[in-house]
Amino acid sequence: MPPNYLKIAGGTVYDPRHGVDGQVRDLWIADGKIVDAPRDSKVRPSKTIDAAGLVVMPGGVDMHCHIAGPKVNVARKMRPEEKRVAPPVERTATTHSGTMGSVPSTFATGYKYAGMGYTSAFDAAIPPLAARHAHEEFADTPCIDKGFYLLVGNNQYIMRAIQEREPARLKAFLGWLLSAAGGYAPKIVNPGGVEVWKQHPSGNVDDLDTRVDYFDVTPRGIIRGIAQAADELKLPHRVHIHCNNLGLPGNWTTTLETMKALEGFGGHLTHIQFHSYGGGSGDEDTFNSKVVPLADYVNAHSNLTVDVGQVLFGETTSMTGDSPLGYYLSNVYKTKWFSAETEMESGCGIAPIEYKNKNLINALQWAIGLEWFLLVDDPWRVVMSTDHPNGGSFLAYPQIIRLLMDRTWRRDALASVHPLVRERSTLADLDREYSLYEICIITRAAPAKILGLDHKGHLGPGADADITIYTPDDNPQTMFELPRFVIKGGQVIVEQGELRESTFGKTLHVTPDYDKDVEADIAKWFEDYYSIRFRNYPVGEEYLHEHETVPCQ
Amino acid sequence: MPDKKPSTPAAPSIVADVACTGCGCVCDDIDLVVESGRIAEARRACTLGEAWFIGQADPSPPACLIEGQQAELADGIDRAAQILASARYPLFYGLRHTSSEAQQAAASLADVVGGILDTPTSTHHGPWGVSFQGVGEVTSSLGEVANRGDLIIFWGVDPVVSHPRHFERYSLFPKGMFVPRGRQDRTVVVVDVERTASADEADLFLEVPRHRDFEALWTLRALAADCQLEPQQVLEATGRPLADWQNLMDRMKRARFGVIFFGTGLAMTEGKHLNSEALLAVVREMNAHTRFVAKTMRGPGNVTGAENVLAWRTGFSFAVNLARGYPRFNPGEYSADDVLARGEADAAVIVQCDVSEDFGDQARRHLAAIPHVVIDHRPTETTRAATVAFHTATAGIHTGGTVYRMDDVPLPLRPALASPLEGDLEILERIEMRVRQLQSSAAS
Repeated sequence: MPPNYLKIAGGTVYDPRHGVDGQVRDLWIADGKIVDAPRDSKVRPSKTIDAAGLVVMPGGVDMHCHIAGPKVNVARKMRPEEKRVAPPVERTATTHSGTMGSVPSTFATGYKYAGMGYTSAFDAAIPPLAARHAHEEFADTPCIDKGFYLLVGNNQYIMRAIQEREPARLKAFLGWLLSAAGGYAPKIVNPGGVEVWKQHPSGNVDDLDTRVDYFDVTPRGIIRGIAQAADELKLPHRVHIHCNNLGLPGNWTTTLETMKALEGFGGHLTHIQFHSYGGGSGDEDTFNSKVVPLADYVNAHSNLTVDVGQVLFGETTSMTGDSPLGYYLSNVYKTKWFSAETEMESGCGIAPIEYKNKNLINALQWAIGLEWFLLVDDPWRVVMSTDHPNGGSFLAYPQIIRLLMDRTWRRDALASVHPLVRERSTLADLDREYSLYEICIITRAAPAKILGLDHKGHLGPGADADITIYTPDDNPQTMFELPRFVIKGGQVIVEQGELRESTFGKTLHVTPDYDKDVEADIAKWFEDYYSIRFRNYPVGEEYLHEHETVPCQ
Repeated sequence: MPDKKPSTPAAPSIVADVACTGCGCVCDDIDLVVESGRIAEARRACTLGEAWFIGQADPSPPACLIEGQQAELADGIDRAAQILASARYPLFYGLRHTSSEAQQAAASLADVVGGILDTPTSTHHGPWGVSFQGVGEVTSSLGEVANRGDLIIFWGVDPVVSHPRHFERYSLFPKGMFVPRGRQDRTVVVVDVERTASADEADLFLEVPRHRDFEALWTLRALAADCQLEPQQVLEATGRPLADWQNLMDRMKRARFGVIFFGTGLAMTEGKHLNSEALLAVVREMNAHTRFVAKTMRGPGNVTGAENVLAWRTGFSFAVNLARGYPRFNPGEYSADDVLARGEADAAVIVQCDVSEDFGDQARRHLAAIPHVVIDHRPTETTRAATVAFHTATAGIHTGGTVYRMDDVPLPLRPALASPLEGDLEILERIEMRVRQLQSSAAS
């Protein structure tokens, strides 16, 4: 029996992984995968999509967003005022209802990603102790494949292993933790700073060499230690880093030092926009962009990749594993504030915020994000993100695409923001315009590659048949907001913005090889310090539902 | 999660590290000794835990009753679906003694039929939920308290009675990383309207007259900000001399990591959400001086799980109205007790919750007057009065799944016994399937 083929015929195909730049091609799909065209020319597909005149790309991959788990769910509970005024998501015969606002409910999140042509998304900050909760939400987040990164940058077991100079134990623990939690990658958030916050009022670290009390380690040591362990475990996405001092004037030197602290190990610096500020420490009057020197460093060091964390003007919710940042923001904005510390592992801060185009700081943040897109030479190393919902919603991606593809529109936008932005950033001087091919790289091919997902972000045989088909439009925002078709795992799930089918989507996770002898020591650690039993910590396979182990290699 | 229905051998066996839902502590270190198909012993369990585990050994009631008569399960499913499919404003309430997986199934069904969806949060800690939306909350997992807490305040809660192992596991006695001597490294304060068993364990007991919690907490806010207060006014407002509150504030500022645990004694007394708002505000403001967190003391079952499930599915954690085809939130208007007391609901589904403890007289009278489905693991007044009653296996005894501790830490349930009865998850899924059939045949 020949397989049931789906054929996408005559589309203008963009597949940067294979150097395909807008060529007319047919794609053949069987069993959820892209396959070679059948050799026997008599074989007919059971369904054909006529894509003549349409643009065909791999499904989008969001490598940094906050869509599941305790922090996201608290933000939902905390912000009914937003949901009350947001357009409702009504139930249909095939879909569940939901709510929007800056933190949509789970079903709404899945539908909206799919509706925009994104087929994979990764939550960037899950406390391992709450991994089970994140998996439960993933099971209620349809249409997209998903994974999450585990907060490890203030994990006390890791800090102790670094303090005691036991890199082998750190490596084994990291392997165990990722496997036990069903996680995808290690995430470092304000390394050491959250532990200092837990110990001291308004506590934080100042720079990479501040010593963390009790553990006698430094942020630099934490970054270096985890990066090495991740490298030795051959994790598909080595380490995802939220630097110290997020959002503070003058923080660019911390960011540069973080890049250096990796000492050549692979590392991804996330929402880099928030970490690229010049100016005097604590002095907002001197606030300015330092993208040029940072992008120069990234351009010259191939071990580094970044995603941007673009800011859009409007109201949103800040949510972070960086507790002192949450406190800082709630005091700046004088808003309600949620903070929660997770034993042995991490912190969390949530506050409503608003970015205003006439506010110099906010306007500079907006410009700095765009500078990053335009100043990193190689689009394979800079990824589209808003750090949803911190800089804005993932639903703003089409708007950002237009800002990158249309310099006239970008200039008009720049003219509407605080005038000092032209002096304090280089945005006014940047003429670069992204091509569709480059947009395809920064929204799908590059994030898939940086995540080590061999079967995503491209359209070659063996790839998951996650495909988005767009109607070309002079306005790229219009084009990217409303895909003609979205195909997930070979199934057409969206047609012209209408959800046709609600598929489940897989959970992507890793199970690195590690030295099992470490478990006795971890069990003792649990006995001494955790409030739950060691045996109740690992997440069972039943929580992973449809899932896929991404190989470490 | 082990198999849903493990075989139960005759020889005693031990199921270790079982999570207990007897109260919001969800102690997960219980060893159950299973003998001849029943739980003979619940090691390390407190009195509430023993009652929960050992009290489950009753003979199984009939799986399904329709109007009090024993019926086939399939007939009960059909009748329940008929009730829901023809209802204009059905109410879903409960979800206390069940897994978050079954809570998801209930939320799904409520969405499909467009009902009200509410939980015991609205009858217990709802005012806290409302004040949390006003000011936020600074909190932590219980293990943080065990490892760091050096000033422990209980306000309007008597854990010796309501959460018997709280002291041992989380708040007073653990020898933690930064409090290595355990109880010796901690100062313990109880604030309540009368001397309680917990007050006897405290270093300092502050008796406050009834309904003066708000005034007391507002006094502390003022003292945290170093405001000058009029002693006589403080005495009249709080029933205690200013010096007592100043003494407490001094201790709070001196603490390295303080915590206030509070209960319905604060949240559900006069002032309601203003009381918890005042408490959450004090705790927030203490973080300008030291580290301080607050934590609500949740009751039995998995109400915290229900809050989480409702929040991720609808965006709101209780009092959700799905009647327009999308979620809306308005406690008071869409709270189950109010919807029933106003005579609005025309059908109801009560899941794993004895509403005689939760609803007022008017609400109970209206419930009795409308067709309603009750899904419970044990026969109660509520199941006996139901139009359709399903008796189910018990989550955490016979079936697995997930439970959320009072601090939102998710834990796996480990079933120790087999049950001939279906789980509530399966019953709810079957009702939904049948409702969808009825809906699509009505549409076509």
